[in-house]
Amino acid sequence: MGFDQYHEPPGELAPATRTFARLCASLTEEAEAIGWYEQRLAVETDSAARAIMRDAQGEEFKHFSMDLEFLLRRTPVWREIAEGILFQPGDIVEHGEEAEEEATGEAVEEATPGDPSGSLGIGGLRGRAA
Amino acid sequence: MNHLLRSLAPISDAGWKLLDEEARERLTGALAARKLVDFAGPLGWEHSAANLGRAAQVDGTPCEGVDAAQRSVLPLVELRSDFSLSRDELRAGDRGAEDVDLESLDESARRIARAENIAVFHGFAPAGIVGITEASSQDPIRLSEDFDAYPGDVAKAVEQLRRVGIAGPYGLALGTGPYTGVIESTEHGGYLVFDHLGKILDGPIVWAPGVEGAVVLSQRGGDFLFESGQDLSLGYDSHDGDAVRLYLEESFSFRVATAEAAVALTAG
Repeated sequence: MGFDQYHEPPGELAPATRTFARLCASLTEEAEAIGWYEQRLAVETDSAARAIMRDAQGEEFKHFSMDLEFLLRRTPVWREIAEGILFQPGDIVEHGEEAEEEATGEAVEEATPGDPSGSLGIGGLRGRAA
Repeated sequence: MNHLLRSLAPISDAGWKLLDEEARERLTGALAARKLVDFAGPLGWEHSAANLGRAAQVDGTPCEGVDAAQRSVLPLVELRSDFSLSRDELRAGDRGAEDVDLESLDESARRIARAENIAVFHGFAPAGIVGITEASSQDPIRLSEDFDAYPGDVAKAVEQLRRVGIAGPYGLALGTGPYTGVIESTEHGGYLVFDHLGKILDGPIVWAPGVEGAVVLSQRGGDFLFESGQDLSLGYDSHDGDAVRLYLEESFSFRVATAEAAVALTAG
């Protein structure tokens, strides 16, 4: 396997950033798989094969959603923008513009470095003994 | 700006970076519980209670013929540890000083990490937290006075867990005294006690400030549940011409799902 998810030398990246990059790569892969199944379903005529593909695509929906939730939990500004867009009725682009303005406007106002939530980002430490 | 009010503090971006890094480094070493239990979250400062999935019957009813039950939840506890820093020292840091005095931050980090460890391992009754040693249904084991006898004690604990079907790997939380003793000790034949314990446990050995004695617990997952609301964060309280008053803060709940999945090793 390659290490293409890293855009910078991995040795210079903090463990949390490497995890973030891995999940971003995973999110991309799940989205691609969803698209591939969608195309296969569009052309497959065998009902048994279609049922399997639909089931497999459901798995990818789940994986994509779990990846996304993980990334949103680690990125409060992203989460804030997503909350303004996802599961909202109405104009998606309009919601997007409003959510971005609200979230990034606040981020500029915050003007403190690191996670805008102020969290030190320690989280769970399983696997880090001593 | 959120409730931590960080942008109101007279602290430069470089200063906040320095403080965040220092706090993170000090905390990560001492937060033993997080190295051994399941961690969920952070779910945010607004998150107030963990769902227990249970409900208690309510006496009476608003209307005859209707039964009422109330959901049981475990409220999150907020821990906060205040400290103050000299503004002169922060200015020195902005000029590039390498020896900025952050001792009060370090002490604050030690205190809050110790408090979290104590709450998880030994409980915190006023906040409704039952700790691992309190919840354990296993007979405690008396910890030997000789550190080189620890492998025998830990092997007994592991055997107790296996006997009731609690699978490994197993982790070991050691209070400060026992931990120091273990890393300095060798058994007859020169075998390091630390290495021997690692072979018995097949899991982590963790320095756990605040823990009395030691605790052996399963690492299979699902037995010990730490739910984070706001993860550890640095906030701003107030300042004057000489000092900035800050604090470390977090909110969390902890509960034991499997009472037989840990064995306490009691000292003395």
